[in-house]
Amino acid sequence: MVKYYENITIFHFDWSQVVRGFFQRYPNPHSSHVLTEDTISREVKNGKLYSKRLLTKTNRLPKWGERFISKNVVKIVEESIVDPEAKTLTTYTKNLGYTKVMSIVEKVVYQVSDENPEWTIAKRSAWIDSQVFGFSRAIQAFGLDRFKKNCTKMSEGFNYVLTNMFPHTAQFINPKLSQMSFSMQAGHSTMDDNVTTKSSLAEDLQHSLQGKAEKVKDAAKKATDLAKQKARPIYAACQPNQS
Amino acid sequence: MNSIGETCNELKQQYDSCFHTWFSEKFLKGDTSDNTCSNLFKMYQQCVKKAMKEQHIEFKEIETNYLETEKEKKHS
Repeated sequence: MVKYYENITIFHFDWSQVVRGFFQRYPNPHSSHVLTEDTISREVKNGKLYSKRLLTKTNRLPKWGERFISKNVVKIVEESIVDPEAKTLTTYTKNLGYTKVMSIVEKVVYQVSDENPEWTIAKRSAWIDSQVFGFSRAIQAFGLDRFKKNCTKMSEGFNYVLTNMFPHTAQFINPKLSQMSFSMQAGHSTMDDNVTTKSSLAEDLQHSLQGKAEKVKDAAKKATDLAKQKARPIYAACQPNQS
Repeated sequence: MNSIGETCNELKQQYDSCFHTWFSEKFLKGDTSDNTCSNLFKMYQQCVKKAMKEQHIEFKEIETNYLETEKEKKHS
């Protein structure tokens, strides 16, 4: 079963600033895992800009993951469409290779915020899948956790780039930010610098995954204890001199 | 940002800076003719495609389009 995840990020920059920043968001201090970036194709069709980029990223894995993926560089294809009339930027990203082990597909739509025309809202959807028999749940849980961490990194990095490109806008949002943090205390959203993230669905998912992980851990512990009990007499029988 | 081909970095930089200017000054302002940077893009592409071949990257997988096709995932 594919895990689905979604969240919303608000950038306190207008739409044209965000799309300009999108193509220049690497490198930034939060993107040390991004190694290379290349444009593979680009064309204007019906007034819209279609681009395809190839990114390579390092993929730090937990020890148990190394049995499935030996190389630690992943290749990612990023499709994007900029529609200057509708003021939308749609991006579609997927990993190349190892898709049976783990495939992550991410779609993000950047559009003008309804709340404030000077802001841009990014609606992110992600599908995380694994087809490794017996391990798919563990891999999906790991993938989701990694993905959520990378989302934060991505927003922080993107904001860093935007702040550098448009320092005047960034300065201007500071007073608004202090107002926001005041209203946040009464609300129930979380806030990180000038990024607002809504991820209750993902948190629910995470909780249910944690519950399942605990159960697996318990079962594993029982099995280990049992094995130890059984092994003791065998061990003793093999080492008669030391008993 | 570096290119996947070490020898392509300079061509990539030239193209990227041309593109960013065109994108901000022309495209987003309604002028959507896209031949301003096409020569730089061609030279950069030749270099990148060669580097990709050397690194055994599958073109087929990259050439597939997902957005605006039936392959695009939708949340049901």
